[in-house]
Amino acid sequence: MLSESLIKEFKSIVGDENVFTTEADRQSYSYDSAVLEPVVPALVVRPTNSEQLGKVVALCNENNNPITVRGAGTNLSGGTIPDKRDGIVVLTNGLNKILEINEQDLYAVVQPGVVTAKFAAEVAKRGLFYPPDPGSQAVSTLGGNVAENAGGLRGLKYGVTKDYVMGMEFFDVNGQLVKTGSRTVKCVTGYNLAGLMAASEGTLGVFNEIILKLTPPPAASKAMMAVFDDVNKASEAVAGIIAAHVVPCTLEFMDQACMRYVEDFTKAGLPVDSAAILLIEVDGHPAQVADEAETVVKVLEKTGATKIVVAKDAAEKLKLWEARRNALPSLARARPTTVLEDATVPRSQIPAMVAAINNIAKKYDIQIGTFGHAGDGNLHPTILCDKRDTKEFHRVEAAVDEIFDVALSLKGTLSGEHGIGMAKSKWMEKETSRATIEYSLNMKKAIDPKNILNPGKIIAGR
Amino acid sequence: MADLNKLAKMLQELDDMMVACMKCGMCQAVCPVFTETMKEADVTRGKIALLENLAHEMIRDADGVQERLNRCLLCGSCAANCPSGVKVMDIFLRGRTIVNTYMGLSPVKKAILRGMVGNPKLFNMLLDVGSKFQGIFTSQANELLGSSCSKFLSPIIGDRHFSPLAKQSLHSKYGTIDIPTGKSGIRVLFFPGCVADKMYTKAGEACLKVFRHHGVGVWMPAAQACCGIPALSAGDRVAYDKMVKFNVNIFADGDYDYIVAPCGSCISTIHELWPQFAGEYPEDLRNKIDRIAAKAMDINKFVVDVLGVKPAEAPKGGTKVTFHDSCHLKKSLGVATQPRDLIRMNPNYELVEMNEADRCCGCGGTFNLYHYDLSKKIGERKRENIVASEAKIVSTGCPACMMQMTDMLSQHNDSVAVKHSIEIYAETL
Ligand SMILES: Cc1cc2nc3c(=O)[nH]c(=O)nc-3n(C[C@H](O)[C@H](O)[C@H](O)COP(=O)(O)OP(=O)(O)OC[C@H]3O[C@@H](n4cnc5c(N)ncnc54)[C@H](O)[C@@H]3O)c2cc1C
Ligand code: SF4
Ligand code: SF4
Repeated sequence: MLSESLIKEFKSIVGDENVFTTEADRQSYSYDSAVLEPVVPALVVRPTNSEQLGKVVALCNENNNPITVRGAGTNLSGGTIPDKRDGIVVLTNGLNKILEINEQDLYAVVQPGVVTAKFAAEVAKRGLFYPPDPGSQAVSTLGGNVAENAGGLRGLKYGVTKDYVMGMEFFDVNGQLVKTGSRTVKCVTGYNLAGLMAASEGTLGVFNEIILKLTPPPAASKAMMAVFDDVNKASEAVAGIIAAHVVPCTLEFMDQACMRYVEDFTKAGLPVDSAAILLIEVDGHPAQVADEAETVVKVLEKTGATKIVVAKDAAEKLKLWEARRNALPSLARARPTTVLEDATVPRSQIPAMVAAINNIAKKYDIQIGTFGHAGDGNLHPTILCDKRDTKEFHRVEAAVDEIFDVALSLKGTLSGEHGIGMAKSKWMEKETSRATIEYSLNMKKAIDPKNILNPGKIIAGR
Repeated sequence: MADLNKLAKMLQELDDMMVACMKCGMCQAVCPVFTETMKEADVTRGKIALLENLAHEMIRDADGVQERLNRCLLCGSCAANCPSGVKVMDIFLRGRTIVNTYMGLSPVKKAILRGMVGNPKLFNMLLDVGSKFQGIFTSQANELLGSSCSKFLSPIIGDRHFSPLAKQSLHSKYGTIDIPTGKSGIRVLFFPGCVADKMYTKAGEACLKVFRHHGVGVWMPAAQACCGIPALSAGDRVAYDKMVKFNVNIFADGDYDYIVAPCGSCISTIHELWPQFAGEYPEDLRNKIDRIAAKAMDINKFVVDVLGVKPAEAPKGGTKVTFHDSCHLKKSLGVATQPRDLIRMNPNYELVEMNEADRCCGCGGTFNLYHYDLSKKIGERKRENIVASEAKIVSTGCPACMMQMTDMLSQHNDSVAVKHSIEIYAETL
């Protein structure tokens, strides 16, 4: 329980209307998009400017109240579930200004609560391009994207959020403003703290302003769908395309189970009797696009695609991406609970990973549909279940354990884009090493001695 | 004290529906209330979290639960955009009923819903009398919009600008209408709905003109109750059941092919909610409801899809009209192209699209009464989009939206008129 006087202090910083005290209000910040037990925060505070944000952080630290910063709460790993010991949720949606879009020098300065899609649209209005496009972009925030190092459909060619962070200002746990990086393309002044902050999930500092790199948009693009009667052939095609030195902006995979659900829901005309499909888009200069598309088609033919459909126009292209975008929605409609995982392997290991996932589904008698960013080895095996059926859910948990074991044995990683949060911290040592954990813990201890900044995330056990 | 067994059963049903929510938060992108307040408790995901603890919460803070559940327009934008296909409207309506069953309805709501709206004869009489005396209390606000505002400080009306009650309501002018089928071979049950019957009678008259022109037989029983949505959204099952049964008793015996209304809300209520909330009725009544519900169709869809009216070419250069998609019409019933087709039928007008044409206007029925400030903020955005389109007329397919847009435009003294899409089409006949 927080004392009345402390609540008053928060109110004096951000105003009465920006401190939420009632049970009903607090309860709505007790969860995020991960399937985990909710924890009701002791208080929810919404700063509306930098000064308030710094003061809120300092006050939490003084009073030993753990801080969990929350953007849109769409992370899939429990990153915004507050701490049980009178944890305080700090909202960033009051800090949602685009401070600068510099068309000449191709960068923008934003507050952390700016919604990703809104930012991309503002940038596009000026003829520029911000490539990271997580599936949640209609609601997720740039602060949340940086803290999770979010990826998206265009990750293969354009990289992930961290590749666009040129610098930032963040508050340390004492509420002091730390600056790192700059508005210049090159900057080697000091440690790359912005790099450290990307994927730090709110455990090392609270972002105040972020400097993001922009690029000119591609002049042309071409999209196609390739159908395979064998998952292995689909994966060989992925490797073949990369080996032919074509880097598509998007190279997506969907297995048969997944296709069936998508087709049930969208009636998009997917080849549900085939084993898998690849959805591919190349973009860039028109001449380059034509050239690369030709190469891709050749590789697909050689690796045994049974059918290749090249989108003739924008409408056909939209239809292809709609099928892909509907993968999660369709799966989500199949059963009450959807556990979306994020196992990522070196590209050449995709066939092994897909085969293992299918075996695991059989072994534990559960339904799994798999889709994902095959181009960067990032698969989303999605388990369809009912969390209220405890017996089934235990099997799901065991299956998830095994999926990660397989991913690690294939020299893969626990998370390609969804972060570690609370959900996966127990596997951290397995993927890295005891020394890595200790190094990270020491760093965290030096930065945040009282373990106030989003405790329990990434490196648990403190 | 509420029947605890019944409550427990209702809670269980609610739980079964809510488990589909994967807490992805995508509803934040489209919720008009969340856009204004940016509070998670004001968006579907937060409300579902609250409802998941309902039994527990009701005992601790029933008022708080009720207050939060009511901060929702029931616009259906979230449901239309939900990846998991969560039946949000159903959940919220059931949630409200549970909380009200637990708490009991406030005496004022009881008086309004059960005494007045639930008693069509009394309701009609009061409003007929009201229409005669309204001039004493109101003065004209905007001539083009025909809107009025209150002369005196009034807690119910506040600073709203509203359309006055019609001098003569449709039912008092026509009583029962019973016209046999003409050249179309089709006969409809005409359900004007409360607002078109008593306020926007021009929309109702336009429907009758369209029926006449196309040789559509019409049956309009003089006695019709409200469709029930105000009671259901207030969580008052007693009043709701009364309204539905009143209507079903009359409608079940008629000879007609479609039930047509110039109101998206009435039609979506009859078409979707009547069967959805018929679970506990006797089988005979349920069957009647299913048959009636299957025939319910919005007027725009009826004229375009059933009568086959379609524009050959869109006219250019006339008075600019922009179209607002009412939530119930577009998001619940999927009717969006038909009213636009009807506007294009009129060579005197040119249809121009506004930004965010399908964004809720903020009326939300009783939401407008209890959360006028929020309703107004959402309405302001609609008004800005209307004005920016440079249209001289804003058209829509739902009288409730007409009320809200009239209020917003009139408060800014804009010279933009509000018309139902069927009026625009009827002008050509
Ligand atoms: C339907 C759906 C699709 C998705 N698709 C993708 C996808 O394609 N790719 C992908 O990578 N992810 C995806 N995600 C996951 C999620 O959307 C991303 O992780 C996103 O970046 C989270 O943003 P957010 O604003 O919701 O952050 P939150 O969930 O609110 O927060 C995420 C983390 O960031 C921290 N944080 C937030 N703001 C700050 C700040 N100012 N300072 C410090 N720390 C902060 C939080 O404490 C938390 O640890 C998807 C999720 C959903 C529900
Ligand atoms: S969009 Fe649907 S599934 Fe997602 S949080 Fe909202 S209601 Fe739940
Ligand atoms: S029905 Fe409309 S107002 Fe209510 S939660 Fe959904 S989107 Fe928001």
